[in-house]
Amino acid sequence: MAFKNYILVCGGTGCESNKADDIYQGLKRELKAQGMENEAQVVKTGCFGFCEKGPIIKVLPDESFYVQVSPSDVKEIVAEHIIKGRQVSRLLYNNADSKKQARIDDIDFYQKQFRVVLRNCGFINPENIDEYIAREGYKGLEMALFEKTPDQVIEEIKKSGLRGRGGAGFPTWKKWVFTKDAPGDVKYIVCNADEGDPGAYMDRSTLEGDPHSVLEAMAIAGYTVGAQKGYIYIRAEYPLAISRLEIAIKQAKEYGLLGEKILGSDFDFDIEIRLGAGAFVCGEETALLTSIEGNRGMPIPRPPFPATKGLWGKPTVINNVETYANIPVIVSRGGDWFAKIGTEDSKGTKVFALTGAINNSGLIEVPMGTTLREIIYDIGGGIKDGKAFKAVQTGGPSGGVITAEYLDTPIDYNSLAKLGSIMGSGGMIVMDEDDCIVDVAKFYLDFTVDESCGKCAPCRIGGRSLFNLMDNITKGKGSVEDIKKMRDIGHAMQKASLCGLGQTAPNPVISVLKYFEEEFMAHIIDKKCPAGKCTELVRYMILPDKCIGCGLCARRCPVNCISGEKRQPHVIDQQACIKCGECFQVCKFDAVGKE
Amino acid sequence: MGKMTLEELRKLRETKQKELSRRESDKSRKVIIGMGTCGIAAGAKEAFDAFLDECNKQNLDDVVIKQTGCMGLCHSEPTVEVHMEGMPDVVYGKVDASTAREIVQKHLIDKALVNDHIYDKPAADIMGQE
Repeated sequence: MAFKNYILVCGGTGCESNKADDIYQGLKRELKAQGMENEAQVVKTGCFGFCEKGPIIKVLPDESFYVQVSPSDVKEIVAEHIIKGRQVSRLLYNNADSKKQARIDDIDFYQKQFRVVLRNCGFINPENIDEYIAREGYKGLEMALFEKTPDQVIEEIKKSGLRGRGGAGFPTWKKWVFTKDAPGDVKYIVCNADEGDPGAYMDRSTLEGDPHSVLEAMAIAGYTVGAQKGYIYIRAEYPLAISRLEIAIKQAKEYGLLGEKILGSDFDFDIEIRLGAGAFVCGEETALLTSIEGNRGMPIPRPPFPATKGLWGKPTVINNVETYANIPVIVSRGGDWFAKIGTEDSKGTKVFALTGAINNSGLIEVPMGTTLREIIYDIGGGIKDGKAFKAVQTGGPSGGVITAEYLDTPIDYNSLAKLGSIMGSGGMIVMDEDDCIVDVAKFYLDFTVDESCGKCAPCRIGGRSLFNLMDNITKGKGSVEDIKKMRDIGHAMQKASLCGLGQTAPNPVISVLKYFEEEFMAHIIDKKCPAGKCTELVRYMILPDKCIGCGLCARRCPVNCISGEKRQPHVIDQQACIKCGECFQVCKFDAVGKE
Repeated sequence: MGKMTLEELRKLRETKQKELSRRESDKSRKVIIGMGTCGIAAGAKEAFDAFLDECNKQNLDDVVIKQTGCMGLCHSEPTVEVHMEGMPDVVYGKVDASTAREIVQKHLIDKALVNDHIYDKPAADIMGQE
């Protein structure tokens, strides 16, 4: 017995609190009343995102997407859609009102995502080259080798408007032209897979889900600039991605898609994997190349840029995983196709790793120009536990924060830079009211100070001094003058550091100072942490009118600093309290307060 | 297969494309499990084994069980996509071993969807459209 229709009722928290359960029960009752219970099955599902438009119902197999459904709509849905087979058009999601930038025309449905880079992730078996080939795989390489000159390949990439997805957004075609035009017979293609931002895993997932897309792109790059050898620099902490890459390289060699005389042409190209030891600075291109050469991963001054003088002094194209993953489709479908996606100066899509205080964390890919609001609320399903949105951090340790008032900014390279953040490689960490912004900035700074290679003084000394100032502030030992000092040190680091690591390390602090100066002042002047995160500034106390004297907190306190008679309000000994927050967590009567 | 020429690659692509579209319309039942680092960390291997075991027990020898990369629904890993004749394609999330067995019984055999585990596919497939 099979059903003709399936009615999916969203069972996410947002929809549930909006009577989704009444709708679910109502649909079941109504189907039964109409004698249709064998025609349609009602199912409760996980969150669909789009929580602001909830409750949401989706009817299969025709994929009708109904929004803001109320229990009173149940009868009509059953009578019209299930019995007569006609959609209830007034409930259908209407895409027309969304503020989309130049979007690709034929994508007109409720989904906000558009997967170019992740086109095969979650579709194909990454360990089977045939499945990649079946989905236009190696078609870009084939077209490049047999239908296009190197200049024509560059022309397509130029038309596509593709910019480097590692974060800085340098036009990809320009890099390729520099290397192509550089004199010399030996040139190299390098893939930067040294993904290191905390909370970012876009490149790992791409390599794990679709390794051939990167191999194909590197071969195309090799043909275009005249290189015969490619290296993928990937951190050793990504064992699954490495093993899938190894399998992919082996299969491509067997098929003659890598190696000598590819597909019977005159073009030879080979790819090797180089493992990084997990130093963050090796994501910086000159440090990465130094590391491939077998030396300690430290940056060297630019210019000369790697495009003209890179690996072993030879002209080298170095792009990151996501940039490469775009290339095969750009070549096979044409730059014009790609340029239809995105905004005026940022074409295509961007992959983000959406994490933090968000309901639906995950790996997402959206056209450039999508707003943060669409990402956080329509795709991410909003903030966890109904808390208030505070800020979103983009660009990891090199980026900054974006606050609620800018949620409707269309995201692209320029708009994020204007807000004092950066696109970065794609980490996107959402923070709610319980996150202390000073603490977050300190966390990133701690990371970059730890990862600084120590070669140049602005980064080595500046980073440490900046961190010490931040540390003092979170401990209530800061002074108002520190703010100016931090800005000065930060600007010096931005101007004088040798590489991107030091130049961008102060960004989280400077950006947070720009939007959350009040929160800094609360730490400095009032010696208070408004979010209650900085332990040295927090005080826990028991509210006598709420405490029933159950003694649970006293039993759980690791330092036995809570005392009191049974059934009488208890007291915390502030001198002994280590501020672990255990009492606050366990109290069932909200009788433990913190300030 | 050894090294290919251009013609052989084109032919292989065509055959595989046909196979793929045939597979989409044929009667075989397919279970596709997301096995990126995220899926595996959340227990995709246990789910994979449970699918194999349960299909064996129920003598469903036409069911194809295969792995794929991350679909992006990290909040509900492990994720599993199920295709079969006469049923809509569905993505299940938070599939542990017991849910896997439930999917085999309810979805693959009884042709009904399993409550509380369905998630939405994040995006349409661009490879189908030009």
